[in-house]
Amino acid sequence: MQITFTLILFLFFAACAIGSALAMVTRRNPVACAMWLIGTFFSVAAIYTLLGAFFIGIVQILVYAGAIMVLFLFVIMLLNLGHDYEDDIRGTGWKIMAGGAALLVIAFLGRVFGGELPRPLGMEAGPQALATSAAQNGVVGVIGVPLYTDFMVPLQATAILLLVSVVGAVVLAKRKV
Amino acid sequence: MNEIPLSYSLGVSAILFAIGVAGVVVRRNAIVLFMCVELMLNAVNLAFVALSPYAGVQGQVFVFFVIAVAAAEAAVGLAIMIAVFRHRESLDMKNFSLLRW
Repeated sequence: MQITFTLILFLFFAACAIGSALAMVTRRNPVACAMWLIGTFFSVAAIYTLLGAFFIGIVQILVYAGAIMVLFLFVIMLLNLGHDYEDDIRGTGWKIMAGGAALLVIAFLGRVFGGELPRPLGMEAGPQALATSAAQNGVVGVIGVPLYTDFMVPLQATAILLLVSVVGAVVLAKRKV
Repeated sequence: MNEIPLSYSLGVSAILFAIGVAGVVVRRNAIVLFMCVELMLNAVNLAFVALSPYAGVQGQVFVFFVIAVAAAEAAVGLAIMIAVFRHRESLDMKNFSLLRW
């Protein structure tokens, strides 16, 4: 494996993502947490782009950084939580527990990912097929064509889910039903 | 795409997921806890995208659904938080104990 520009960019954005995620967990101010989380989302979007998923990268920025985080910030500011951070982080016992849980998760996932992974499409054929599909259908078509053919029913189910959740959110947040 | 080893991107995904787990355990503010859940969802999305060249484009389609579900979850969760805040004037996790025992 030689060191390429893509790999350097990947390592840079991976470091950005992990650093902002750590900052997000350790900041006490909820607004600062939200800002660091937005940083993580942008870095992860860059990693998607480097991995060849251009459309997912754009959707990540539009939906996560654009819509969901604005919703979070809106609620933080609506409830005036910007300076509500006395003893937000739990004590030492909890911190040790959190570190243990994190190590356990890393070890578990390392065991899962560490071995030789099954690659149903193979080392070369899989990326080749993806590139062919992108050349044929365009970057959006790579996802759009399967989404509207093979995954039609899940797509409609997602639409119903979004409708139900929006109605549920309105009902929950209303004062009197 | 081929220049990034699969284990690197899966490793980043695992670390992000672990940070999210630690955040859920250690934080008290419900809204920050919720952000940690979003981080975990993102880590899973990263694993999906990293595996999609080797296991089919379905991985990227699943990421699409995960993002949609995350948006729905954020809407409902934040509405619940507004409802809890209205009763308790705080979003500390100790207020979320009505159904605990």
